[in-house]
Amino acid sequence: MRYRFDVRIGPVGFRVGSAWRQPIAALRDLYAGYPEPDGGIADFTVRLEPERPWRRYLRPSVAIHGDFTLPDAAPLPLAQGLLAAEMGMNLQMALGQRRYLLLHASVVERDGWALLMTGHSGAGKSTLAALLGERGWRFMGDEFALLDPGTGLLHAFPRLVSLKNAAIDAMTAEIAADRFGPLLMGTPKGAIRHLRPNAAALSAMDAPARPALILFPRYGFAAAARPVGASEAFVRLTQASTNYVAMGEPAFDALSVLVRDVPGRAIDYPDTEGAVALVERLWTEALA
Amino acid sequence: MRALADAMREPATTATLDAEGWTSLFAAARAEQMIGSLAFRLEAQPMPAAAARILADARASAEQWRRSALWEAEMARRALAQLDLPVVLMKGTAYAAAGMDAGAGRSIGDLDIMVPREALKAAETALIAAGWEWVKPDPYDDAYYRDHMHELPPLIHRERDRMIDVHHTTLPLTARITPDAAAMLADSVVLEDGLRIMAPEDMVLHGVAHLFADGDLAGGLRNLWDQDRLLRELGVVAGFWDRLRARARLHGLEWHLALALRLTRHLYATPVDPALAGRAGLFDRWFVRRLLARDGWGRQTRKFTQLAFYIRSHWLRMPPAMLARHLWTKWRKAT
Repeated sequence: MRYRFDVRIGPVGFRVGSAWRQPIAALRDLYAGYPEPDGGIADFTVRLEPERPWRRYLRPSVAIHGDFTLPDAAPLPLAQGLLAAEMGMNLQMALGQRRYLLLHASVVERDGWALLMTGHSGAGKSTLAALLGERGWRFMGDEFALLDPGTGLLHAFPRLVSLKNAAIDAMTAEIAADRFGPLLMGTPKGAIRHLRPNAAALSAMDAPARPALILFPRYGFAAAARPVGASEAFVRLTQASTNYVAMGEPAFDALSVLVRDVPGRAIDYPDTEGAVALVERLWTEALA
Repeated sequence: MRALADAMREPATTATLDAEGWTSLFAAARAEQMIGSLAFRLEAQPMPAAAARILADARASAEQWRRSALWEAEMARRALAQLDLPVVLMKGTAYAAAGMDAGAGRSIGDLDIMVPREALKAAETALIAAGWEWVKPDPYDDAYYRDHMHELPPLIHRERDRMIDVHHTTLPLTARITPDAAAMLADSVVLEDGLRIMAPEDMVLHGVAHLFADGDLAGGLRNLWDQDRLLRELGVVAGFWDRLRARARLHGLEWHLALALRLTRHLYATPVDPALAGRAGLFDRWFVRRLLARDGWGRQTRKFTQLAFYIRSHWLRMPPAMLARHLWTKWRKAT
C-alpha cells in the first residue's frame, strides 16, 4: 500500500497500510516513541482503503479492512482517518486475538498490582484510567485488558486513549496540549479526541501485572460500592470479552481463576474526583 | 502471491523470508483462510520467534475450530437420530471427524451434511424442533433454494449461533453436471458414532465439483490444498486411481478432475496419475492466475480475472434465460 506505519503496542505488532497520507501522518505523530513490531513481524495487518477506486479522491471515504474485517462496517470520512486506523486495530484484536483473553476493560497498575475496570460504554472506565494514569498509577490500557491464560497476568496494551464528548474537556484541563490528537467532530460516537499515554506508560509497556481488584464502575449515581460475587463477575466478564467463546477451554479456566482469586466491586460515582477517592479507598482495602 | 503456495508445497522455502515476507505470508494466509493449515505445515520449520508465536496461536485456534465443529456434528446427529437416515458429513467436518491430514489446521465454518433428497422434509422438521432457525426470511431466496439448489436454505442454531447446510446432492440442480447423489450416499462410510463420510473417491470428487463446477474460485487455494492432502493420503491405497477414474465418469466430472489434478500438481507438487491428469488445457494458466490473485496485504488482485470467474460461476450454475431472470429479480430487489 502507498503509506504505511508499523507499531508495537504491548505484546502486539500492527502493520497499518493506507491509500492516503493523512491517517498515517497522524499515527506517526501520536505513536512517536513506540517500538517496532517484534522482529519486524506484525501480528496483524490493517488496511485503510477506498471502497471503490474513485472514492480515493472523490468525497474520500475510508473503509476499514485487514486480516479480519466486518462485512457491514460503515466507512468513515477521510477527516476521521485516525479514528479509522484505531478502529481497524481494535477490530483485529477483537476478532483475531487468540493468545490473550481479551476483556473490554481499562487497566492501571501500582506497585506491580493491576486494577481492572470494566463496564458499558459511558461508564467512565476510560476517563478514570486516564486520570489515574496522571495521578501516580501506571496506565496499561483503556480498551482491552490482555489476560494471559498461562500465567494469569495482565499485559499492557497502552493504545491512545479515546476520549469522548465531556471527557475531552475534563482531560484537556489536566494534561499538556502536545499529547492530544486532533479533535474529531461528528464521529459515530460523537466528538472524539485521542490522548497519548504518558512516558511512564510507554517505558513500562512490557511489564505485565497481577490483577488485584476488579471494579465495575457506573457514572452518574450517588457514591456507593457493593461486593460482586465470583459468579456475577464471571458472567459480566464473559459479556465483556470478544474472544471468550473462540478461545474455548483456556478462556474458561483463566476467567475462573481470575474471579476466584481477585475481589470484585461495583461502584457508583457522581463525578470523577469522587471516583478517584473511592478507587483509592477500595484499593487500600483490597491490598490490606 | 506465490509465497503462500510455495510455503505449503515446500516449507523450506520460508527460510529465505525476511520480516516483511513473513508478515505478508500471514496476511495472505489469513485472507485465504489457510493460516491454520500453514501453521501445521510449518510446525517443524525454524523461524523467527515472532512468526513462531503467531503460528502457535493459529494452531490453538484451529484446535478450537475442530473441537466446536465436531460438537456441532454431534448436535446434528442427536437431532436427526430418530429418523434413522444416513447423515453424511462433508468437507472440513468430515476431514476432522475422520482424523485425515486434510483436517490439520483447516478452518471449518458451517456444518455441511448430506441426506437423501426424499428425507429432506423430515430432516428440516427435526432440525427446527432441535433449535435451528431459518436465516433467510426472503420468500424469493427461500423459493429459489428449494426449487433450484442442492441444499436447503441455511439454518442457524438459535443458541449456539452456528450454521448448518443440509445438502441432498453436491451441485445446484440447475448446473450442467449432475453428480450421482444416490451413489454417493450408498457408498458412504460409517464412522464409529453412526455419522458418515463419503467414500475416498467421492470425497475427492466432491471437492473437485465444489472447486470448478460451482462458485467463482474464491477460497480456491484452500480447496485445492484439501485436494493435495486427500490425494496424498488416499492415493497410496491400492486401486485408488482406477476407482477414481471410474467414479469421475459416473458423476460426469472427468474434465474437472483432470483440471484439479493438473493444478494441484502445478501448485503443490502433488503426486497424481499422469494419465488421469491429461495434457495441460488452454485455460490452465487462467486458473492459476485466479488462484494466486492475492497480494502481501491480503488484497484481491487481478480484478478482471476475478470478474471473469464470477461471471463464469453464474454461467455454470444456471441456463442463460434463467440467469437473466435471476439477475433481474436480484437487481430489482437491490434498488
